[in-house]
Amino acid sequence: MPTKIEKDSVTGIETTGHEWDGIKELNRPLPKWWLYVLYATIVWALVYYILYPSIPGLSGYTGGVLGYNSREAVVTDIAAARSAQAEFLNRIDAVSPEEVRAEQALFNFAMAGGRTAFADNCAPCHGSGAAGAVGYPSLVDDSWIWGGSLDDIHQTLLYGIRADNDETRSSEMPAFGALEILSREQINDVAEYVLSLSGREEDAEAAGAGAEIFAEQCTACHGEAGEGMAELGAPNLSDPIWLYGGEKADIVESIRNSRAGMMPAWVNRLDGPTIKMLTVYVHALGGGQ
Amino acid sequence: MTATETGIPVDDVRSFKADGKPPLYEARNRVYPKDVKGPLRRFKWIILIVLLGIYYTVPWLRWDREPGMPDQAVLIDLPARRAYFFFIEIWPHEVYYITGLLVFGAVGLFLATSLLGRVWCGYACPQTVWTDLFMWVERKIEGDRNARIRLDKKPLSRNKVIKKVLKHGAWILIGIFTGGAWILYFNDAPTVLPQLLTGEASLAIYGFVGLFAATTYTLAGWAREQLCTYMCPWPRFQAAMFDENTLVVTYEDWRGEPRGRHRQGQSWEGRGDCVDCRQCVTVCPTGIDIRDGNQLECIGCGLCIDACNAVMEKVGRPRDLIMFDTTLNQINRAESKELSYKLLRPRTLIYASIMALAAAVMIGTLITRPSLHVNVLHDRSPLFIPMSDGSIRNGYTLKISNMRNPARAFDVSIEGIADARLDVSGQTTGTGTNARLQVGQDDVATYRVFVTVPRDDVASESTDLVFIVEAPWSGETTRYKTVFRGPDK
Ligand code: SF4
Ligand code: SF4
Repeated sequence: MPTKIEKDSVTGIETTGHEWDGIKELNRPLPKWWLYVLYATIVWALVYYILYPSIPGLSGYTGGVLGYNSREAVVTDIAAARSAQAEFLNRIDAVSPEEVRAEQALFNFAMAGGRTAFADNCAPCHGSGAAGAVGYPSLVDDSWIWGGSLDDIHQTLLYGIRADNDETRSSEMPAFGALEILSREQINDVAEYVLSLSGREEDAEAAGAGAEIFAEQCTACHGEAGEGMAELGAPNLSDPIWLYGGEKADIVESIRNSRAGMMPAWVNRLDGPTIKMLTVYVHALGGGQ
Repeated sequence: MTATETGIPVDDVRSFKADGKPPLYEARNRVYPKDVKGPLRRFKWIILIVLLGIYYTVPWLRWDREPGMPDQAVLIDLPARRAYFFFIEIWPHEVYYITGLLVFGAVGLFLATSLLGRVWCGYACPQTVWTDLFMWVERKIEGDRNARIRLDKKPLSRNKVIKKVLKHGAWILIGIFTGGAWILYFNDAPTVLPQLLTGEASLAIYGFVGLFAATTYTLAGWAREQLCTYMCPWPRFQAAMFDENTLVVTYEDWRGEPRGRHRQGQSWEGRGDCVDCRQCVTVCPTGIDIRDGNQLECIGCGLCIDACNAVMEKVGRPRDLIMFDTTLNQINRAESKELSYKLLRPRTLIYASIMALAAAVMIGTLITRPSLHVNVLHDRSPLFIPMSDGSIRNGYTLKISNMRNPARAFDVSIEGIADARLDVSGQTTGTGTNARLQVGQDDVATYRVFVTVPRDDVASESTDLVFIVEAPWSGETTRYKTVFRGPDK
């Protein structure tokens, strides 16, 4: 605001008090319609207040004469979307994961649905890109503890591993140290031998001794050459992929105290078509066999 | 000193109230432009007819493209994300052509303005063209300036209502035609027009027709000069393109002043040529007095030139009291010096060269652009995957745009890492070091591909990798540089 009201001497019009290079700005009014537009927006807002839910109170809000409710609108929208998906979901429900994979339209639908379901349910443990973490298997590589075929994955998803379900799959590796089956030294030897299976070892002598213990205690599940056995959920020890870490200390820990990771049985929580979509999605991540 | 004493029309200080304080808001000063005849008015009609003619006929031009493609010469196909302009087809990744066009257009406007003043505003601006059309309708129904002023002053009568209804009806009809034609640029014209007429078009289409009809009606019917004076940003900075060599509408006040009434037979001695008939004011579509000098509201339409020339002929004085003139030549004329027109000035040369550059870049990229576009996205999570045999695998999303017909197969290979293997998810054949991938006609195909490298060949955390996509029949190749990520060694 100008401190002093000043009138332009030529026109007699009040100035705004702003001056540039000796030129003073006159205080010229806006056109009236401009003001009317402002009034129109105010009226528009009032109409809105009356028609739609708006003013909050202590125990609710004004409902608006149209009776519109965004929550109800969402519910209706979701119901509509559900019924639009129903056709696909019903067909997925009726066929095997194999057949879902084989039919392009179903496959596309399953990939989209699987991606969402994966992000909601699986990503917290396996990571958003399914890369896994220590104790949580990677789903994008080609190493599968319980098998990587569509049916294997479907089975694992349905009933989980060591889960709260009668059909769950589980395997139990003895805690060789805690149960005093093997001595500290023997565990060290086996660990050296296990390292040698994937081409690493520090102590060849200890590894030699470990080989005998391995043949006695471990081959039943992990196989002669430590190649693992998917039927029993025994991991392959001869590849460079380690669920609980491949350093010697990690291996010693696994032998001494055993590990028993748990995957929930999703049949308790998700419906059949969703689990099938997840199966197809996980299989397509790049590791499926 | 009061306004009248200074010779400034009272018109200009009308915003004063009795108490001497300016009101906060100004009532609209209605403009009733009078009809005028003359060469510039005729030229303006011609431009109007040509521009509207182009606007309404272009969607009906056909252009033969391959089967399965639209045959409309100019079409913006939003659902399919393609734009067609005769032989040019624009894909979404090429929208930078629009940037180029906008640069070209903006600088073109600068150039035209610095040469000829506001010719765009006066002749070619859609607001001007449609307002002119609306005023023509108004004049046909309500009569010329005086008749319109009288009609508006009269109380409501049957006759007045009929005229007003007729006028607004015609305006709305023009608005609908305007909005309707706009839709044709975004849809196949021969398909959508019958749908529009029979009520079968989509609600969205009717919505847009309604929207454009409403904006045409309000802007050309009601807002008129208010849009140019209060809403349009262009008048606010067009003066920056003016200089003393720019041709603008001028009142040659060295010749006109002192003005005043003139009776036949009176001598012209000691007085100016302006007879103060105010014809130039009554014809002006923005309602201003050009004799006050160059001003923001003047759209440079030149109608005042036609009006004044007619007056000058009647009173037997030379034409061009109001004319297109440069400020420099106005002074030269006043001092009877030689006139000079400088078209080539640093400013116009710079504008012209920027335009040439923009045009060259656009034409260049248009001619050399590939018919094949490749995009490779490296997976972010996980960055790399250790495999059970020790090798490292990276996942990529490969998108191939086949910008031609028909469906074709492209050869994909990789370069940059020895012993790298390429696998395409879901493909049983073609894995190894290259793959042949099918892409539909005028389509984008998305493939998941994996590159696997033996552990010993992974040199560092990040290695450069190039995807090469080749069209086997023409040898045309597109290379896309990306990276292969591996564990920290
Ligand atoms: S002053 Fe003349 S050129 Fe400017 S807008 Fe009015 S009629 Fe057109
Ligand atoms: S039309 Fe020409 S003569 Fe008449 S007032 Fe305007 S400038 Fe003067």
